[in-house]
Amino acid sequence: MIGKPLRRVEDLPLLLGTGRFAADISLPGQAHLRVVRSPVPHGMLRGVDGRKALSMPGVIGVWSAADLDLGPIGFRMVAFPGMLPYRQPVLAAERVRYVGEPVAIVLADDPYRAEDAADLVELDIESLPPVLDQLQEPAQFDDQNDTEALLHEDGYGDVGAAFAAAPHVVELTVTVGRHTGVPLECRGALADYRPGAGTLDFYGAAKVPHQNRLLLAGLLGLPPQLVVLREAHVGGGFGVRGEVYPEDVLVCWASRLLGRPVKWIEDRNEHLLAANHSRDQVHRIRAAVLADGYITAIDDEFWLDQGAYVRTHAAAVPTLTASMLPGPYQIPAYRVRGHVRLTNKTPAGTYRAPGRYEGTFARERLIDAVASSLGKPAMEIRLSNFISPDQMPYARPMSALGTDLEYDSGDYALLVGKAQARFGLAELEHGLAARRALGEAVGMGCAFFVEKSGLGPYEAVRISVDQSGHIDIITGAGSMGQGFETVITQICAQELGVRPETIRVLHGQTDQIEHAMGAFASRLTVMAGSATLIAAQALREKALAAAARMLEASPRDLELSDGAVRVAGDPDTGISLAQISEALRPDQAARWGLEPSLTADGWHTTDHMCYPYGLHIAVVRVDAGTGQVIAERLLVAYDVGRAVNPMLVEGQIVGGAAQGLGGALLEEFRYDDAGHPQCTTFMDYLLPTRAEMPPVDVLITEDAPSPRNPLGVKGAGEGGTTAMGAAIAAAIDAALGVPLGVKELPVHPEAALRLAKAARRESTSEPGGA
Amino acid sequence: MKPAPFDYIPAASVAEAVAALAELGDGSKVLAGGQSLLPMMNFRLARPDALVDIGGLGELRGVQARERFIEVGALTRHLDLERTGVPGPLGSLLRSAGAQVGHLPIRTRGTFGGSVAHADPASEWCVLAALLDATMTVTSLAGTRTVAAADFFTTIFTTALEPDELLTAVTLPRLDESYRVAVVEFARRAGDFAIVAVMVACSVRNGVIGDARVCLGGVADRPVRSLAAESLLAGQPAGAAAFRAAADAAAAAVSPPADIHGSAGYRRDLVSVLLRRALERMAP
Ligand SMILES: Cc1cc2nc3c(=O)[nH]c(=O)nc-3n(C[C@H](O)[C@H](O)[C@H](O)COP(=O)(O)OP(=O)(O)OC[C@H]3O[C@@H](n4cnc5c(N)ncnc54)[C@H](O)[C@@H]3O)c2cc1C
Repeated sequence: MIGKPLRRVEDLPLLLGTGRFAADISLPGQAHLRVVRSPVPHGMLRGVDGRKALSMPGVIGVWSAADLDLGPIGFRMVAFPGMLPYRQPVLAAERVRYVGEPVAIVLADDPYRAEDAADLVELDIESLPPVLDQLQEPAQFDDQNDTEALLHEDGYGDVGAAFAAAPHVVELTVTVGRHTGVPLECRGALADYRPGAGTLDFYGAAKVPHQNRLLLAGLLGLPPQLVVLREAHVGGGFGVRGEVYPEDVLVCWASRLLGRPVKWIEDRNEHLLAANHSRDQVHRIRAAVLADGYITAIDDEFWLDQGAYVRTHAAAVPTLTASMLPGPYQIPAYRVRGHVRLTNKTPAGTYRAPGRYEGTFARERLIDAVASSLGKPAMEIRLSNFISPDQMPYARPMSALGTDLEYDSGDYALLVGKAQARFGLAELEHGLAARRALGEAVGMGCAFFVEKSGLGPYEAVRISVDQSGHIDIITGAGSMGQGFETVITQICAQELGVRPETIRVLHGQTDQIEHAMGAFASRLTVMAGSATLIAAQALREKALAAAARMLEASPRDLELSDGAVRVAGDPDTGISLAQISEALRPDQAARWGLEPSLTADGWHTTDHMCYPYGLHIAVVRVDAGTGQVIAERLLVAYDVGRAVNPMLVEGQIVGGAAQGLGGALLEEFRYDDAGHPQCTTFMDYLLPTRAEMPPVDVLITEDAPSPRNPLGVKGAGEGGTTAMGAAIAAAIDAALGVPLGVKELPVHPEAALRLAKAARRESTSEPGGA
Repeated sequence: MKPAPFDYIPAASVAEAVAALAELGDGSKVLAGGQSLLPMMNFRLARPDALVDIGGLGELRGVQARERFIEVGALTRHLDLERTGVPGPLGSLLRSAGAQVGHLPIRTRGTFGGSVAHADPASEWCVLAALLDATMTVTSLAGTRTVAAADFFTTIFTTALEPDELLTAVTLPRLDESYRVAVVEFARRAGDFAIVAVMVACSVRNGVIGDARVCLGGVADRPVRSLAAESLLAGQPAGAAAFRAAADAAAAAVSPPADIHGSAGYRRDLVSVLLRRALERMAP
């Protein structure tokens, strides 16, 4: 079962149209909430006038910050106390800081009427000049603080000495634009506060329901156990969906105020203004390099455009950027300084491969720069700097997401060799060279990366078997469409020797299980998967012990397969899990001298992450007339330790690659000089479609299982994205024959055309050139 | 992204439609395929008080072939034209322009007349109408009048149509067998509105260009004929030298707008590249 491309067990309701997404859930008597948002990037909020809106039919009320008694939204991840002043208020009180910031709410009996009325709420805002560039010197944020929310400094080794002694120093400045995860399903929430009972049910949770329960209960002053978060079907997460945002708090607050259910469904326009943006980093990076290409030190300074506030992810992105930047290379000395700067844009958070997409772009561009300055192939530079398998586990004296940064296992050169052989890279390059000779601008680019996955500290799973032999696996972790249920089913089915059809995975309901961390950081197969294995092992022991009593045999002589326990070598003795479950009914169990209920819990805990790694290869063609970059092929080699379901791993990689390509060529949130967002619809925020996405060849290897979990697995959620920007950039350089031409993502066709023209000028001015 | 309140009036005939428009006045809008109007209403960029839905008027859908021209009914879908059997160079032009309008679902609902009335300066049908000096037939309670393409497109999203007028058909001249035509455009993704669109129709006899028509979309507030290019092509041998000269002249003569999808300079570069490609690729 483990290792097989089992079809997704969660698909049937989706295929039948019986899926239930946030917008599909309704409760009798629900009111509809519409958020009134700031139309200006920065200003003093002098007044909110809801009188006209209140006179509209069906309108229940209009509320603004003055009516609320709620603190700002807290942090969920790596936080520093210095970041506290930058938390986002639920509604803007004195100042508005970005276009789209919630300023007031309108409740009505119908979503159309709510939107009509929201249009009539009058805001009196005195505009202030916006801050729009993270490279600008910090400006004033409020009376006490400037706009640099964090200067994160980290590193190890003697960087100064390494640079002083280095025969070569290579330096460059690179930029990754502002883009983010754009799930097809926008956000949505339905809160149901029951006066009297004092309970609050929240539908539309995703990703981290248990953590969000704590945040929401804390904000509302309710005991966490009276707040129940319920995850429905989720149409994509990507890091963006499922955090606590102002709207989530507002539906809860309004439901408690009105004593009736309150629903809010986000539209796309709102989503592009209100949900977390991401990326948007400028790196100035340098390497100290020996004559043979060995890099003795990296020194990086980066500036992250955090947008208007620091949201739930706090310092997760900058710290991950910093700690993961050295990637697969030894780098004996490293220094990093990351400036988290606030601007008047939508706040930023994590997005698939947070910090790694940016850091990998900076580092792999640096590797390409080192190669070109030494006149060596980039892959040779990579190979001579890789951490070698005999150095594993490799501790970099830093921390990542609060854990010691210690790579668990890996053989990077082996993966490069396998990719070269499987994809026929030498022949591929040969073919491209032939096309270039005929005048086509085609090229191939590579980038190597290390991912992190399986963040702890814990995940829990409960397995129970009912009297029909049906198995429920309960976990608080979330499913956002990635195939979580299938993977958990496979692990359990293998251990218990049962058919996958007898298993159901229940997830993301805070009243079903006390503790959970959630679905992020490519952690679920590692954490919930391992917990499932541990719970299934415990359940198996329990079943064998019971069957031993029932069969009057020794547990050692028994085996569990096909859903039944048998005496080894005696196929006729079968006693099914259903029968065992029946025998363990509370009124029966005592007869056998056993604990009642065929149920077991499993916990997997860890202090360490595990580190998968991969190679991305892009083949692109540049239209030298228009500058359009056409990706012809993408190739991804990825070592996942152990693939529980290779089809799902491949699916994750292909989808991730599309998002990596989007960030490299198309997706960008642009603002005009006055701070107004320019990309608030799908006409202007360009996602790659099927037509822009070339075929992706995927090579999955299992050469470096993780020693840190019983399955040996590593995460697969982000490795399709991580190095795509760097690989596409290198491919464009190769196509145009301009080393280090691409320093900025996304590569607009206009920029590629500029490079192409520069290359033409170069080649025609070359003495003796054709 | 929900429209502001509006009244909805389905029209059963052209007469009913124009009567409704006359009665409702300024605040009303014709609803055809809805592929431009409804998104604008959802974004509340358009807030009509009433929609007069002409979607059910079968008599406005389809192409009438006459000897010297064809008449395209306002409700003819983009897809109808992408698959049209109109013979000769005009048919080629309609098919290749039609294929480049948006995505398939948009082409199945969006209409020729809706595009022309909407007057996006990068719209294929607007560029084609200007290229061929089309004539628009317009009806209101006051009667029927015709408007030449050159007078029809006044500025971005604005035409000579009065609020009470319905565009019923567009007349396009047939192109004789000497014509070579091409549609070349550039968009960042398949199916997006062109950043720059170029259409050409040149009569070529014995290797020499006679009537030369070049129209550009996306470079001004309406589709524009490139008189500079046309005059450099007419009378010249159809070949690289004339094509390059025309392309460069067309680029030099435009002063395109800038937006997040491209600067003015980039659009100018595109005019030159795309026009050259169009001229090189033009075919019967
Ligand atoms: C994603 C997307 C991509 C697109 N890409 C392209 C593209 O590449 N090229 C392109 O040209 N278009 C594109 N479009 C627009 C599409 O072609 C529309 O169908 C077209 O612009 C309008 O035609 P319609 O029939 O849908 O008109 P509607 O949306 O119904 O109406 C548009 C406007 O014209 C008016 N109107 C419509 N019919 C008449 C009439 N008979 N008389 C008077 N007024 C009338 C309406 O009142 C309204 O103001 C795209 C649209 C979308 C959503």
